[in-house]
Amino acid sequence: MNTVLAFGPIGSNSMLRINCPHCGERDYTEFRYAGDANKARPAHGTGDLKTWHDYVFIFDNPKGPHREYWQHVFGCRQWLILERNTATNITGASQLTDTSRAS
Amino acid sequence: MANRYSAFSLLKHALTGAPWQRAWRSPQPKSSYDVIIVGGGGHGLATAYYLAANHGIRNIAVLEKSYIGSGNVGRNTTLIRSNYILGGNTHFFEHSMKLWEGLSHALNYNVMVSQRGQIVLAHNPSQLDVLGRKGNTMKLNGIDAQLLDRGDVMRILPYLDFSNECRFPIYGGLLQQRAGTVRHDAVAWGYARAASELGVDIIENCEVTGFLENEGTISGVETTRGRIMAGRTAICVAGHSSRLAAMAGLRLPVESHILQAFVTESIKPLIHHVVTFGADLFYISQSDKGGLVFGGHIDGFNTYTQRGQFPKVQDVAECAVALIPGVSRLRLLRHWGGIQDMTPDGSPFIGRTPVKNLYFNGGWCYQGFKATPASGWCFAHTIAHDDEHPLARHFSLDRHMHGNGFDEYGLGLWTYRQ
Repeated sequence: MNTVLAFGPIGSNSMLRINCPHCGERDYTEFRYAGDANKARPAHGTGDLKTWHDYVFIFDNPKGPHREYWQHVFGCRQWLILERNTATNITGASQLTDTSRAS
Repeated sequence: MANRYSAFSLLKHALTGAPWQRAWRSPQPKSSYDVIIVGGGGHGLATAYYLAANHGIRNIAVLEKSYIGSGNVGRNTTLIRSNYILGGNTHFFEHSMKLWEGLSHALNYNVMVSQRGQIVLAHNPSQLDVLGRKGNTMKLNGIDAQLLDRGDVMRILPYLDFSNECRFPIYGGLLQQRAGTVRHDAVAWGYARAASELGVDIIENCEVTGFLENEGTISGVETTRGRIMAGRTAICVAGHSSRLAAMAGLRLPVESHILQAFVTESIKPLIHHVVTFGADLFYISQSDKGGLVFGGHIDGFNTYTQRGQFPKVQDVAECAVALIPGVSRLRLLRHWGGIQDMTPDGSPFIGRTPVKNLYFNGGWCYQGFKATPASGWCFAHTIAHDDEHPLARHFSLDRHMHGNGFDEYGLGLWTYRQ
């Protein structure tokens, strides 16, 4: 999987498949993407606007490993955190989010 | 210009068989420049050209990590238009349109501006009302617009699906006759040639690997071809903006997403305009070679792979057939992806950064190509005067901090509303 072609690793040539911890591996079209999971939501009542601005509007946007939220909207509807390399779209581990999170 | 293109030079070369000179010089990088522009795409080259032509700054280097034309300037669907509704967008994109109209003469390079007209379709009465309001806004700003009813659209675009069974019936449309297409490679080559003639060093295969920073001031860049000092440094690398900004310690309101584009096999002239579907994001035109060129939405998750997902190919093809049933048996000749900066409000950034002597242009979402001349024009002003251009003041990098999001489509954080 590490062979590099002119336009990127072989792994990027196939459709993105996501391993839902609940339902198993499915096409990404069953899921809805919901952004960077490394962002920590500011504590309720935080008054500092810069903190909220950074949480809402700023993205690390790495080219490489990325932890991100997806929701299995056409399956179990659970939220999960997926590890994916944004340079190749090769996916790693996935886990269900803490269901007490409202995000 | 030493080697001006003209009917005479064409005739002379045809008769003598003399080889044409390279369109731009290929110099070794000097040790320092007044201005370094990182990114030799359309916007970077336009910025360099207008810095030299409008502001008299000629000691400039454009650093391109690959070759000229290898990035998004050669990956778009070549559309130009200025049919926007928000004050700010209207003036900015109309300035761009006016620059397009004179660009071939200004650059002495035929960029093949084809003002074939763009028609946005309405598929219900309220959508037609919105187009009417947009058309009035455009006309109040001195931009051409013409509202079309269903009969007009049937007459002008007879190949669309006007049947009773069609899922999205056509109620009318909005025509901007001055909109159209431009040969995108020629834009890169034309700006590169004209900038080079004015003394700008265009340095290909030179990737920036870091910035030289001291106490919040940038004094140059580290590259794969050595260290180069600069009075002012400008980032113009939409698609990879976050990567460059991170080297300077900046975090941006930008995510990188892939947008796919498609070309069919060539057919005889069928689509004489740029046609935009109103029921989804889909736009189609026909190239001079005869291929139908079209595109749709981003794939929907952040990625740097310039290779799209198959389900989006199907989505876009479904839009094409829903709008023009006659294209259903055409084969796709080519399709490709480009990485674009997506911003929270769908609008770009042109301006200063919190770091001294560092300037940023990016976040172009779907609208980078049509903006190329105005983007270069305004960004050159910003670099020359250390101040935003009046046409681009609302595209400031810190606008979200001040509640000044500039949201043409009223969608909010629109990266996730596709």
